[in-house]
Amino acid sequence: MSAPAGDLALRVERIVDVTPSVRGFVLRPADGGGLPSYAPGSHLVVACGDRRNAYSLTGEGHAPDSYAISVLHRPDGQGGSAWLHGVRPGQVLRCGRPRDAFAPVATARHHLLIAGGIGITPFLSHLWAARRWGRRVSVLYAVGAGAPVPHHAELTALAGDGLRILRGRAAMQAAMDQALRTQALGTHLYVCGPDGLMDSALALARGHGWPDERCHAERFGGVDAAEGAPFTVRLRRTGRDIAVAADASLLDALAAAGVEWPAMCRRGVCGECRMDNAAGTILHRDLVLSPAERAAQSCLMPCVSRAEGVLSLDL
Amino acid sequence: MVQTMSDPVRAACIRRFPWPFTGDRYAYSANVEPAPGARRTLVGEWGRTILDPDETYAAELAERRDILARDPSRHVELPHMRAASWDALLWGLRELAATDPAMTLDRQGDGHVWTNRRLGTRQAFRYGDDASLPMGPLMFLGSQIQEDIVLLDQREDRLWADAGCVTFASNWSMAFTAGMSFMEIHGPVPRDFADGAIPRAERFLIRLPAGQAYRRINWTSTAGYRLDTALDSYADWGASRARMADCDDFADVFHMRVEVQHLVRLPESGAIVFLIRTYLLPLADILTVPGWRTQFASVLTHLPDDIIQYKGLATLRPRLLAHLG
Repeated sequence: MSAPAGDLALRVERIVDVTPSVRGFVLRPADGGGLPSYAPGSHLVVACGDRRNAYSLTGEGHAPDSYAISVLHRPDGQGGSAWLHGVRPGQVLRCGRPRDAFAPVATARHHLLIAGGIGITPFLSHLWAARRWGRRVSVLYAVGAGAPVPHHAELTALAGDGLRILRGRAAMQAAMDQALRTQALGTHLYVCGPDGLMDSALALARGHGWPDERCHAERFGGVDAAEGAPFTVRLRRTGRDIAVAADASLLDALAAAGVEWPAMCRRGVCGECRMDNAAGTILHRDLVLSPAERAAQSCLMPCVSRAEGVLSLDL
Repeated sequence: MVQTMSDPVRAACIRRFPWPFTGDRYAYSANVEPAPGARRTLVGEWGRTILDPDETYAAELAERRDILARDPSRHVELPHMRAASWDALLWGLRELAATDPAMTLDRQGDGHVWTNRRLGTRQAFRYGDDASLPMGPLMFLGSQIQEDIVLLDQREDRLWADAGCVTFASNWSMAFTAGMSFMEIHGPVPRDFADGAIPRAERFLIRLPAGQAYRRINWTSTAGYRLDTALDSYADWGASRARMADCDDFADVFHMRVEVQHLVRLPESGAIVFLIRTYLLPLADILTVPGWRTQFASVLTHLPDDIIQYKGLATLRPRLLAHLG
């Protein structure tokens, strides 16, 4: 029988301090049952108080007995990580099923993983799978000068000589430049980390002639905020206009106006809230839609994406 | 091929037959629905489980084994599909064990033990270790389930049919199709392209989350009780198909061929497994169910000419209607 697609109730079995600011959570099914396997790069959407945050699964995806996530405490964040850092062993977390938008490309001749800070987390499952299937992989990992390296022992064990840890922005920039100039044909690039690092890596890749199809990026934790300039949605079927304030998402504005719409991660990663047949100037912020779908300007993820002026919806 | 089923098996095949029509018209469409789910018919039921090891189980697997021995090209696996093939094997054996009480999959140390009392198979293997199985993982799955298997890799925002073990193809060839994209495979289907159903189906599949399963049903016809109507063996069956319109025992030769197709996103590789299960029912058996008889007649009467051509029914329709009327 196929597993149902419902949510998972996971009990916190163990909490480990990965570094002073990164806490690792080992989760097991609260009902003692099994857990689904997951693909490399998968994340778990976790209900953190009134927020839902996406965290990469850091273990091996094959027939796992438990799931593990690593959470960086962000004192200036929106409260999700602080809430999780207050969680104690034994507590039960509501989680979605693993989802993947950052999988390795099976045909790649080589995988070049570029990470910064907590952005290393999705690559742990990549490395576990690479070892199992004999995939060639190398890692460039930027860590702040003097900062501890999260998951250092595991990374060394999995990536061996393929791992390079770079301290400071200049060293990382030079290493990325060199790596992106010298990769074998057929290498795929995967980047995850702070926006600045990701933008640099992708700009370097483009500068060295990498086609977009071989560059894969995951903005960790999904999109941080749904805020932006205010705009108006027009519901075509009823003729209603709803104002979306600067600090509200389109999804929130619809809910406040009594329009129910299915949603899950609320971070632009899961694709659950997709809306079709929209018209207007859409500002896409999700991580789900393909370039062609974005360009068509007729569908969007209302949990994070916005519009300029008036957005017309088939509602 | 001669119909050799015993009467009880034949009766069971009618009861479990996935009758493809619900109304008196047939519209070609993506017609996907969540799976599994039991569907009542006028005489029985189908669809309660994704895999359906039925009365024909051992015979169909023996036939697959013979076909693969004769023509190994029915099994194709591009090198990058190894992880997906193992993923498919584990998913398929678990599904089968959950469906049929005569089968079990047990974890033993760092490996598994598969026991299938219906075939007398007992096989230990270690996940990912090709040497631990007597054949490739996809072939091994094909030796345990009646369904034909195609694995779709997802990359560059498209789907690619990069592996398969397909012995009962209906007028296509796995060897020829291997490596093609979803859009290349679904080239000439009348109406589908105009309506955009195939690009929509591909978008739907690309977004299919891990662990979810959908199914669709497709129908056509076959001369005789013949599962293998692959293009690869056309020399064996093409002539009988051409003769069908003029044969004496039409009600025994004409078979409705229904494919129950399942699409499941595999959890670990992210590949999509596409399962095709083929059911054949002779016109003589359709005639025993009055409701089916009138429904089929109505569908045939209203089918547009391009679909009639596509399904190869142009020369058969008059004779069919004469029997059904």
